[in-house]
Amino acid sequence: MKIEELRKLREKVREDLKLREGIEPRVKIIVSMGTSGIAAGAREVLKALLDEVAKRELKDVIVLQTGEKGLASAEPIVEVVTKEATITYGRVTPEIARKIVIEHVINGRVLSEYVI
Amino acid sequence: MTLKGGGEKLPKRTDLLICLGAGCVSSGSELIKKKLEEKIREKGLENEVRIIGTGCMGPCERGPVIMIYPEGVFYQRITLEDVDTIVEQHLLKGKIVEKLLPKEELAPSIKEKEIPFFTKQKKIVLSNCGIIDPEKIEEYIAVNGYEALARVLEGMTPEQVIAEIEKSGLRGRGGAGFPTGAKWKFVRNAQGKPKFVVCNADEGDPGAFMDRAVLEGDPHAVLEGMLIAAYAVGAEQGYIYVRAEYPLAIKRLQIAIDQARKYGFLGKNILDTDFSFDIELRIGAGAFVCGEETALLASIEGKRGMPRSKPPFPATHGLWGKPTLINNVETYANVRHIILNGADWFRSFGTPSSPGTKVFALSGKVRNTGLIEVPMGDNSWRDCFRHRGRNNRR
Repeated sequence: MKIEELRKLREKVREDLKLREGIEPRVKIIVSMGTSGIAAGAREVLKALLDEVAKRELKDVIVLQTGEKGLASAEPIVEVVTKEATITYGRVTPEIARKIVIEHVINGRVLSEYVI
Repeated sequence: MTLKGGGEKLPKRTDLLICLGAGCVSSGSELIKKKLEEKIREKGLENEVRIIGTGCMGPCERGPVIMIYPEGVFYQRITLEDVDTIVEQHLLKGKIVEKLLPKEELAPSIKEKEIPFFTKQKKIVLSNCGIIDPEKIEEYIAVNGYEALARVLEGMTPEQVIAEIEKSGLRGRGGAGFPTGAKWKFVRNAQGKPKFVVCNADEGDPGAFMDRAVLEGDPHAVLEGMLIAAYAVGAEQGYIYVRAEYPLAIKRLQIAIDQARKYGFLGKNILDTDFSFDIELRIGAGAFVCGEETALLASIEGKRGMPRSKPPFPATHGLWGKPTLINNVETYANVRHIILNGADWFRSFGTPSSPGTKVFALSGKVRNTGLIEVPMGDNSWRDCFRHRGRNNRR
C-alpha cells in the first residue's frame, strides 16, 4: 500500500466512525417511537428516513429516536431539529418521511401541510 | 491492491459499543454481546444498529459496561437479563433505561460527557480504547492510524524523528522514567548491525493492568510506535515480549500484526518506501523477573531469564549482543501522538520535567476500580479517586 492509498482508505472508513465522534450534526431527525408511535407505523417511517439519508449520503444528518410524545392521535411524529428551529410533523407516512428529507432537510423548505 | 473496509452501504443509526477489555470479559461481556446480537436480529434491527466490541473503557468495577452512540449514553453492570430491556426500550423505542445508568453522588448522569469518572481524565494513550474495535485495522486507520508512520516516512529523517521525541520530553513509562529520545539516540549511534526494537509487555506488578488495556484495546498504536522507533534507530526486526497470563492481549496483538502485514505496514518496503520492519511476538512463561530488560532479552534469545549487570546497556549490547532499543508499551503508544501533534502539544500536558499523561490502574479497596489516564503531576486524579470514595462499603 502506498501513502496515498492509506489516505484514500482513511477517507472511506472514517464514515464508519461518524456516530462515535460526538460532533453536533447540522440536522437531527427525531422519530417518536413510543408504543402508539410504533403502532401507527413509526418503524416504517424510521426505516424510510434512514434509507433516504444513506442514499443521499447526507453526512451531517443524524436520525434519532425518542419515546412517547404524548400526542397519540398525531403519531407517527417526526421532529426536524436544526439550529434555527424545531419543526414537528404529524401523521407521517414513509412517503412523507422521504419528502421531509428531500424538501426540508436538503432544500430547507418546511412542508407546512404536514406540520402539527 | 484493492481498497477494502468501510463502505457497508447499510444505513446505521446507532453504534452500540460493548467493552471487551479483560475486566468486562470476566464479568460476562462476551455472552452479553452474543445475546445482544441475537436479540437485535430477532427485532429486525441488524441494519440499523451495529454492535462493536472495544477495548477497556475504564470503569472496570462497573462492568460489563456499554456505550450507545450517537447519544453517548453509558450503561453499567449489565446482566444477561438486561439485554431484552436495552433492545426493546432503548434501541427500539429510544427510551433510556434508567436503572442501568451510573449512580453518581450528585444528579444521575446519562451521558459520558457528564460523568466525572470520564470528564476528569485526559486520554491520549487511551484515546482509542473503548472507541474502536481493536480487531479491525480499518477502525484504527479511520482514527488517523498509521498516519504518523506515513508522515515520518514521507518527510522526516531518523534524526528529525529522534529530535522531535527528545523535544517532547517523553520519558519511559515502564517506571524508571528514562528520557525516551536519549535512549533512541544511543541506539541510533551504536555500532553494529542488525539492530533490534523490543517492546516490554511483561507487565507484572500486582494490580497493574495499564499496558494490558492498551494492548487489548489499541494494539496497532503499539505497533505504530515500534515502527517509528525502528525507522529512527535503524532496525529491521522487532519483538514484543508479552506475558502468557495475557491471552486476550496476545490474541489481539497477533490479529493486529497479521492485519498490518496484509496492509503492508509491516514487512518489506513499508508504504512503498525503502523502510522494512517486522514484528514477532514472544510469550513469557510467567517469570516476574523477565520484566527486567536484560532478563527479558535473555528470555527472547531462548535462554534462562536472568538479569545481568549493566553496563553494557542493551542500547549497545542487547539481543544477541547487538544494539537494541527496549521501551515499554505505553511509551510506544505515546509516539504516534507526538508525531501527529508535535512536541509542543505534548508538553502542554504534565510537568516541565515530565510532560504528557500517565495511565493508572486503580485497584484495591476503592469504591470504583478501573483504569484512568491523567496528566503527569496533576492532582486531578486524586479528585477522580476521591470522588469515587474510599469507603469499605461498596
